[in-house]
Amino acid sequence: MKKLVEIVAGVGGGSLTATSVVEEHLDRIRTRDGEIHAFNLVTADQARKDAAKIDADIKAGKKAGPLAGVPIALKDNMCTRGVETTCSSKILQGWKPPYDATVVGKLREAGAVIVGKTNLDEFAMGSSTENSAFGPTKNPLDVSRVPGGSSGGSAAAVSAGFAAASLGSDTGGSIRQPAALCGVVGVKPTYGTVSRYGLVAFASSLDQIGPFTQDVRDAATLLEVIAGHDPLDSTSIPQPAISLVPVLDHGVKGMRVGRVTDLPEGCEPDVLERLEAAFDALRNAGATIVDVELPSLQYCLTAYYLIAPAEASSNLARYDGVRYGNRVDAPDLNAMYAATRESGFGEEVKRRIMLGTYALSAGYFEAYYGKALKVRRLIYDDFARAYTKVDAILTPTSPSVAFKFGSKTDNPLAMYLCDVFTIPTNLAGHPAMSVPFGLGADSMPVGIQVLATTLGEQSMFKVAAELERAS
Amino acid sequence: MSENPVLPNGWQLVVGLEVHVELATKTKLFSASVNRFGDEPNTNIDPITLGLPGALPVLNKHAVELAMRIGLALNCKIRPCAFHRKNYFYPDLPKAYQITQYDHPLNVDGFLMLPGEVRIGIERAHLEEDTGKSVHFGGSSGRIHGSDYSLLDYNRAGVPLVEIVSRPDIRTSEQARQYVAELRAILLAVGASDAKMEEGSMRCDVNVSVHRFGTPFGTRCEIKNVNSIRSVGRAIDYEARRQVELIEGGGVVRQETRHWDDASGRTETLRTKEDADDYRYFLEPDLVPLVPEQSWIDQVRLALPPLPAARREMLAELCGVDKNGESAIVVVERGQDDYVREVIANGGDPRRSVVYVQQAFAELGPKPRVPAKDLAALTILERDAKVTSTQAKTLLTELIEAGGGDVAAMAAKRGFEALDTGALEAMVDAAIAAEPGAWKKYCDGEEKALGALVGAVMKASKGKADGKAVTALLQAKASA
Repeated sequence: MKKLVEIVAGVGGGSLTATSVVEEHLDRIRTRDGEIHAFNLVTADQARKDAAKIDADIKAGKKAGPLAGVPIALKDNMCTRGVETTCSSKILQGWKPPYDATVVGKLREAGAVIVGKTNLDEFAMGSSTENSAFGPTKNPLDVSRVPGGSSGGSAAAVSAGFAAASLGSDTGGSIRQPAALCGVVGVKPTYGTVSRYGLVAFASSLDQIGPFTQDVRDAATLLEVIAGHDPLDSTSIPQPAISLVPVLDHGVKGMRVGRVTDLPEGCEPDVLERLEAAFDALRNAGATIVDVELPSLQYCLTAYYLIAPAEASSNLARYDGVRYGNRVDAPDLNAMYAATRESGFGEEVKRRIMLGTYALSAGYFEAYYGKALKVRRLIYDDFARAYTKVDAILTPTSPSVAFKFGSKTDNPLAMYLCDVFTIPTNLAGHPAMSVPFGLGADSMPVGIQVLATTLGEQSMFKVAAELERAS
Repeated sequence: MSENPVLPNGWQLVVGLEVHVELATKTKLFSASVNRFGDEPNTNIDPITLGLPGALPVLNKHAVELAMRIGLALNCKIRPCAFHRKNYFYPDLPKAYQITQYDHPLNVDGFLMLPGEVRIGIERAHLEEDTGKSVHFGGSSGRIHGSDYSLLDYNRAGVPLVEIVSRPDIRTSEQARQYVAELRAILLAVGASDAKMEEGSMRCDVNVSVHRFGTPFGTRCEIKNVNSIRSVGRAIDYEARRQVELIEGGGVVRQETRHWDDASGRTETLRTKEDADDYRYFLEPDLVPLVPEQSWIDQVRLALPPLPAARREMLAELCGVDKNGESAIVVVERGQDDYVREVIANGGDPRRSVVYVQQAFAELGPKPRVPAKDLAALTILERDAKVTSTQAKTLLTELIEAGGGDVAAMAAKRGFEALDTGALEAMVDAAIAAEPGAWKKYCDGEEKALGALVGAVMKASKGKADGKAVTALLQAKASA
């Protein structure tokens, strides 16, 4: 399967056409997505038109964009003008946004070809895509296993070669965990690096868009395009995208990489084995491994499951059946609200709305939401101390390789534990990425997570590139 | 502290006001949609206004500046602040939360002075977004429950508001009316809002409680739907009496929100404290804290125009009228005090200039099209008794209609001419001779008899005599 950078070079240089590249990917979708269900919607006709336009432009002598002809899949929680955007929820089924998300505009401008909208856990709440209202996505490496979530469709689309790259969103690990489970690269950039305008909100203070790609270089290339200040997002960092591709070959000689001494328990031995191998690889490449303590790590999961649902309870209140999306009619207003939301939302979404509503309620606010914010401050401080000693930190991305369908659906807490290593990054607003690093149990891929401090993407990519070279 | 005349002895009224004003910005508080009243429904909307999935708010800097002007004009401190979400479900609230300021408002701790040096504390003046508008059809109450259907207009949704919360320092309904009037004058003066209560760009919620002198404040009720300065007074008087009667009859005032019905002149329960929403306030994660730089605050403060109280004082001094009198208040409220100054600079009689403008320029705005020199000329014609006050009024009307002109020529064209004192005196003497009975009564102190005498002179002069001058002459003769 062609890498993103190969496509850009080929289409820009005339050895490939955008049309042939897109047809190749559409072929694979046609052949296999019936089984995988990575997509909620394949926009084949529009993709062909867009590809033809790019080919015509290049033939006419126009400069090829930095993503010319690259087939890209979008998680179905990013708004696309005139194209259904569902968040894999019945409540938004059929809704066509009147505008494009900022990232979508940037992709189009760069010459990317959008091939479709990918499946997710409803409103990005979940770690397996089993919470999609439209049925789960299967892991292309073993269809009896989940692809992870919530951006399972985007991870599977890259893993299966349906798209050269895809975008996902990461609130507590929703890019990194499925990337690990599907054996691809997934990046959660620093909060505020990529505009959230047009990303349907789950938890606004944690959500961040990022890329899925086949390798680290592709991820750096794609992130350079989608990052950068956006005046439409008040939380967007007012500075240009960080240059990443040039640092990929710098190596890690002299870098200090952190090993967390108080990592939460519950990680499978096959995964821990790969983590040790990763430290060895970095040490061999000239990095120093330094022990760091993150004592607040153990509270992060709890804090996250108060903060994220609290914000979600507010963000999802707008789905009331009044203005858009699905409505279930009833004799009076309150009954209409209740009937619409009862039938429109799935179990997990309802669970989190209730959790969050409770956490913000008068009389409980300080004990739950207020305390969770304090933990958030603590983990931020822990990381700040650690990053005085190291340039990056390594942890597993997920405690286990991809698990079987249904193995955690009856136990929400077991499912929540999938994100134990990824959540702290979101609470701190830091960048982190998952890089495939060999195989674990049942020959399924293991992802290693590289963490860095705010705007520390260059360090993070240097380490990730080194791991990729060593794997 | 003055006692409220409408309350029985021993009872004290306590009032605090929450006034919402729509800011006169071009666009909304968090989006580029136009902020304009009266447009076709649902035309000034966009993804942010409608709270579409994925849309994000971006703070309008001009709205912040207008809010700061209000704060500074009300002697508030401007503070680093933040926005919160106030969560509740209602169809005209598109996101199901209102972005507002909660425990960190922009303006805090100011005051407003009422005539007579009565100081009303301002607790806070914070920024927030307005809701859309619902119109309910069918049913009897005009509210959503029981109606057949409702229509929604989101043009107003997201319009910037400042909510100005007074301290409970108001003790009479008259003070409350003065407070609203003065606040309105300040808002107009600083250009923050058009403050039209009839269009809803200025809305009052009134908190009313009563207590006996020397005891703690009573339980308050919040009254909504008070849509004019007159209603502010009426609603407070009604509610105060209701509460006193309730307590004196052995009842207890419940904390509740009440609805003012202007037609019936009564308040009625809208909702009680028990069924109040839990708004689940939390910091709005889509926005960053608002920290106005000192240089910006200073700039806004320096650019602040003179405020109504100072302008009334200046005008009153210049014209020789009462600074709390009708002329000064009305002319300053309309922003016509600069014009009056210009008329006087053109030689106009000071007192007549301000009175003419007060009486005849209601529709002409802050920059009347009548040239100041023409109005000045008219005041001089009257002052010098070249025309009577009645004739002057006729000429004033003509001057406004024509948008200016040579008033002396206008007077001549209408045949208005001054009667010289000799001619007038002869006519007065003739009238005394013609009405001996009336003259005797008038000399005996019967003021009513004056009418017949003045009437006779006016008739003889064909209306050219100045009534005041005639009266003065008659008085002089009677007391001679």
